[in-house]
Amino acid sequence: MDYLNAFWVGGLICVIGQILIDKTKITPARILVLFVVIGCILGGFDIYDKIIDYAGAGASVPLPGFGNLLANGVKEEIDAEGAIGILTGGLKAASAGITAAVIFSLLGALAFNPKEK
Amino acid sequence: MQDNKAKYQKMVEKSSPNTNLILNCLNAFWTGGLICVIGQFITNSFLNLGCDIDIARTITSVILIFIGILLTGLGVYDEIGKIAGAGSVVPITGFANSVAAPALEFKKEGFIFGVGAKMFIIAGPVIVYSTLTSVIVGIFYYLSK
Repeated sequence: MDYLNAFWVGGLICVIGQILIDKTKITPARILVLFVVIGCILGGFDIYDKIIDYAGAGASVPLPGFGNLLANGVKEEIDAEGAIGILTGGLKAASAGITAAVIFSLLGALAFNPKEK
Repeated sequence: MQDNKAKYQKMVEKSSPNTNLILNCLNAFWTGGLICVIGQFITNSFLNLGCDIDIARTITSVILIFIGILLTGLGVYDEIGKIAGAGSVVPITGFANSVAAPALEFKKEGFIFGVGAKMFIIAGPVIVYSTLTSVIVGIFYYLSK
């Protein structure tokens, strides 16, 4: 059951992105920014966690899940450390994803060469 | 003949945007859905190993980012993207691709201003505006406590 929910919710979030790309002038790069920011806002209102409760990876794997991670991180850090959490919580929660993307991309740039076009 | 061709061209222009949109959405749906199912499988695997749910989700992101970057390096992710459209952009693998693709493309400009700088050409704005949003969320949360 969790696979089915992950499939259709995750697929649906991608369809929203596809409609925005096809029907508006929003480029894929802007979709990335937009979806992460929306996820962070929905996380701020405690809405996105409810979608994750239902859809699991169908909501945590798409980019709004990354934004939600930042919102949750900020709240947890404020609970634990007080006001300084406003500054530390977001990137702390995102650190694994950002570090992985940076390190693997560096290794990728070392290991591979760009395809000839 | 010329007339028919012009007519046909008009017909294509009239009908294709919508059929394209439906086809694109369908492809985005199943490819994006599939990536999430793979993510669910990885998450479940680590839950079965006794990991905490937050850790399982973090490891899932890291593994998907790794796969996304590996496929970018191999030149496969671009090919997937041609069919998948947003199905390859919206999942976290799309974020990984947005870091790895410019890093690789600008390798010839060196590892400082090529790879090091250009890898943030898309990830930079993502990090900037999500950080900003998280700070705003944090301020409201702190004040409402």
